[in-house]
Amino acid sequence: MKTVIIKYNAGNIQSVLYALERIGVHAVVTADHEEIMAADKVIFPGVGEANSAMNSLKENNLDQIIRSLKQPVLGICVGMQLLCKYSEENDTDCIGIFEEPVKKFESDVFKIPQIGWNTLHDLKSPLMSGLAEDSYCYFVHSYYVPMNKHAIATTDYVQPYASAIHKDNFYGVQFHAEKSAAVGEQILKNFIEII
Amino acid sequence: MLTKRIIPCLDIKDGRTVKGTNFVDLRDAGDPVELGAFYAQQGADELVFLDITATVEKRKTLSELVKRIARQINIPFTVGGGVSSIEDASVLLHNGADKVSINTAAFKNPQLIKELANEFGSQFVVLAIDTKQESDGEWYVYLNGGRTKTETKCFDWAKQAVDLGAGEILLTSMNHDGTKQGFAIDITKRLSESLAVPVIASGGGGTMEHFATIFKEGKADAALAASIFHFKEVAIPDLKRYLHEQQIEVRI
Repeated sequence: MKTVIIKYNAGNIQSVLYALERIGVHAVVTADHEEIMAADKVIFPGVGEANSAMNSLKENNLDQIIRSLKQPVLGICVGMQLLCKYSEENDTDCIGIFEEPVKKFESDVFKIPQIGWNTLHDLKSPLMSGLAEDSYCYFVHSYYVPMNKHAIATTDYVQPYASAIHKDNFYGVQFHAEKSAAVGEQILKNFIEII
Repeated sequence: MLTKRIIPCLDIKDGRTVKGTNFVDLRDAGDPVELGAFYAQQGADELVFLDITATVEKRKTLSELVKRIARQINIPFTVGGGVSSIEDASVLLHNGADKVSINTAAFKNPQLIKELANEFGSQFVVLAIDTKQESDGEWYVYLNGGRTKTETKCFDWAKQAVDLGAGEILLTSMNHDGTKQGFAIDITKRLSESLAVPVIASGGGGTMEHFATIFKEGKADAALAASIFHFKEVAIPDLKRYLHEQQIEVRI
């Protein structure tokens, strides 16, 4: 079993690597096309701004590589958002695995970004296996993926939105699984065990 | 629903926790990693590590410590203490810190906030403010760990910092810090209701009721404390249960 973490300008690569280490998974951080394509599992992290993240991927043609992957891929936070079609954050065209757009939270009542622990409900898919409804995960984000048919978890902030999505071999989680205590570790374990 | 956060703060000097603790069940409560892991396991929502080392070896010791923390602790953590440049922050980020807190250096050079936010994102930048209410009733900003008074009002500085890109405000009331008589409700409420970013209240938490009050009346998004956790005057699981009973959303 070989797990790779895609190397680009995302801020949380080190944290993802350590979280995998804690569940006994040795992952390799790489931008090498062949190494990514040959891996059994691919993790696509992300912290930061969508446009510069997308540019960083494009510089190394990693956007095309990600699009072509057939093995399980997990996008985390901005990684999940970049798997969508388009982000309102600086008008960014993304990878487009999911046809949904990524929108900005708009509210006079709620603080933006959402920072802190919130619950997941309406859990589906093997990625969420073993988790109780209303499990807590750690979120930091100003942009969100609206409810859609690919949602495998829903979170309420400003309105209900898709906090995890799944289509074919692609998975995305809006929260930081790598920082979400035991719940996050369970999700990472589930991903590693997906066939 | 998004929960209120409970944040233990650990003071670090030369890689060790400073304030004495009476954790008889820990092998080494002086080890910030072991103490932090204990709090994480108890249900702390985040941790703050404040480095007060003043030696030239500081950066190296701290970056090694941050790496050990990031390896072992599965909740977010902030590192502060003497961060004064992009380079300082970058070392911490690349060793696994989720956020940095900046204080005096940001006041002296507000552009630092903007630069850090542009480089690493606002979510990475916690602005710490030490503030004191003077006899005129106004809250002023203090620097250098509370030793230097400025003529700037707390609210004005907080607002400017958020406009520059600060992602959270860590607000310590010097009038309340160490008293265990409760948090500063009015200034916390004013900041929290006026600013678009979360406000972490600090200073004065002595009982579980104080936490309920700062969340309900002070509108704080998070509350930070140190010695009451270190000396087990308040245990985090009890505190969370109490807040839950008070209809305050917390992660249990």
